Amino acid sequence: MSIANTSDVKTSDMTVFASIGQFAGVARPVVMGLLGLFVLLALWQFLIWVLETPVYLVPAPSDVALAVRNDFALLASSSVPTITEAFLGFLLGNCIAILVAASFVYAKLIEEMFYPVAIIIKTIPIVAIAPVLKIMLGNGIEPKVVVAALICFFPTLVNAVRGFRAVDPQLVELMHVLSASKTEVFMRVRLQSALPYIFSALKISVTMCVLGAIVGEWIGANHGIGYLLIQSMYEFDTPRLFASILTASFIAITGFAIVSVLEKIVIRWDAASVT
Amino acid sequence: MAEAAMQLDDIPATPAIEIENVSVTFGQGQNQVRAIDRISLDVRDGEFLTLIGHSGCGKSTLLRVIADIIKPTEGRVQVLGALPEKARRARQFSMVFQQPTLLPWASVIDNVSLPFKVGGASAAGDQAMDPAEALRLVELDGFENALPAELSGGMKQRVSIARALVTRPRILLMDEPFSALDELVRDMLNIELLKIWKRSGTTVVFVTHSLQEAAFLSQRVVVMGRRPSRIAGVLDIDLPEERNQKLKDAPELGRYVAALRALLDEG
Ligand SMILES: Nc1ncnc2c1ncn2[C@@H]1O[C@H](COP(=O)(O)OP(=O)(O)OP(=O)(O)O)[C@@H](O)[C@H]1O
Ligand SMILES: [Mg+2]
Repeated sequence: MSIANTSDVKTSDMTVFASIGQFAGVARPVVMGLLGLFVLLALWQFLIWVLETPVYLVPAPSDVALAVRNDFALLASSSVPTITEAFLGFLLGNCIAILVAASFVYAKLIEEMFYPVAIIIKTIPIVAIAPVLKIMLGNGIEPKVVVAALICFFPTLVNAVRGFRAVDPQLVELMHVLSASKTEVFMRVRLQSALPYIFSALKISVTMCVLGAIVGEWIGANHGIGYLLIQSMYEFDTPRLFASILTASFIAITGFAIVSVLEKIVIRWDAASVT
Repeated sequence: MAEAAMQLDDIPATPAIEIENVSVTFGQGQNQVRAIDRISLDVRDGEFLTLIGHSGCGKSTLLRVIADIIKPTEGRVQVLGALPEKARRARQFSMVFQQPTLLPWASVIDNVSLPFKVGGASAAGDQAMDPAEALRLVELDGFENALPAELSGGMKQRVSIARALVTRPRILLMDEPFSALDELVRDMLNIELLKIWKRSGTTVVFVTHSLQEAAFLSQRVVVMGRRPSRIAGVLDIDLPEERNQKLKDAPELGRYVAALRALLDEG
């Protein structure tokens, strides 16, 4: 067993190296990114101060920070409906996309018939669909959820189809020798191999679904971040407008972070070794 | 020597595998490739038989016909007296591929237990082996919870061998299982495989590119000719039952290697 032992030592060495590398690899971009952001904000503040731009036109970062502090309760309470709509849309759109992708992979006919339809739906601008949805679904949460779902649907569909197909043919052959059923092959091989592809789509759609919810709110709502954006615009409350934008992007970034953490938990194996 | 083994009369009553006039043609029309052409071969119960031949001559194809991965275009295959499909469903054979073919997301022990988790009730058979014991057989105890990515190439291939052994198959089909490994690991796994074969009494059909490996491991070596492949010759390897590292460099082995090379060049 000497061979196994030496390679064991080697792997643990590698792990140590890998974690140092990961630390340096994560810390550096974060520090640099924050530094870049800080430089831009400082420049922005400086220019506003030098050019004496009025606050209603472009607020300085300090004005926005003040607005965030003063309107914190409003921003927080407006986030709740937006997050709810985005989250439900995210679930709906992605679940349907994954189911449709699975049906494409198992039934060529369905793919031939409905992939073109999916592409046509994709080419319709989402802002153009929103009013239609409002007429069909009313003023409640439903049209916003559907807009968010529609915006998530396509990237996940495309990636999931690719993922289900990207399975190692040798693994399928192995499952055949083990007399595995189609369902077993799907659950144990295809779905797992597709997860890296699905997660990269989820990371796109988690930010897109916030956009979808906001667009949905623009068409007709009396609360939510989208509503607050429009409201602040009419009131020329530019600092609050900026604070609302900040809140929207904070929601999107948080969603992205949550999906990334989930990805790390679900895909524990080395993604590079999947191919 | 080669013809002698081909005689039907020195084959024991019930062969583990009977291959009768089997041909395989891939593709259609202009792109047709005849991979193997009317091959007949009986594999005795409990024997260690190796297939060698030039690259692309149809060794994998023949193995895949036995494993019911592809159906023969012509001819008849019987595995333990039944159609390959029936033998497959009854878990009579296991297959080891050139690549370890592990589920990258599953731990070592889960990979070894895979045959019990798919393919229906046959898994619960009383003759099945405990996955932990299968890992012990390939000397990987202690690595139960490792992921494949954390193992070396040789260790991964051991896992796939453990997965093949865990159902206690009557027949083990191995398609160049050690070709991707370096020579030291290969030598060691050769000896371990022989031990496992002796202990279990399994029939082994082994494919390799290495003449030395073929002569070292086998009781019989079948040499396949160029495509469309037929059997160019069969060589009985009359070496002592107990085969160890020393034999790898022994002159007797060298003579068998030379004989195999001659058969290959003829084919
Ligand atoms: N699925 C397939 N479709 C078309 N042709 C195939 C297929 N599988 C194998 N062949 C062809 O059949 C022939 C035999 O292939 P096979 O893989 O059995 O050879 P082999 O002896 O195992 O070769 P190697 O030693 O390189 O592994 C080759 O010419 C190959 O191109
Ligand atoms: Mg081959």
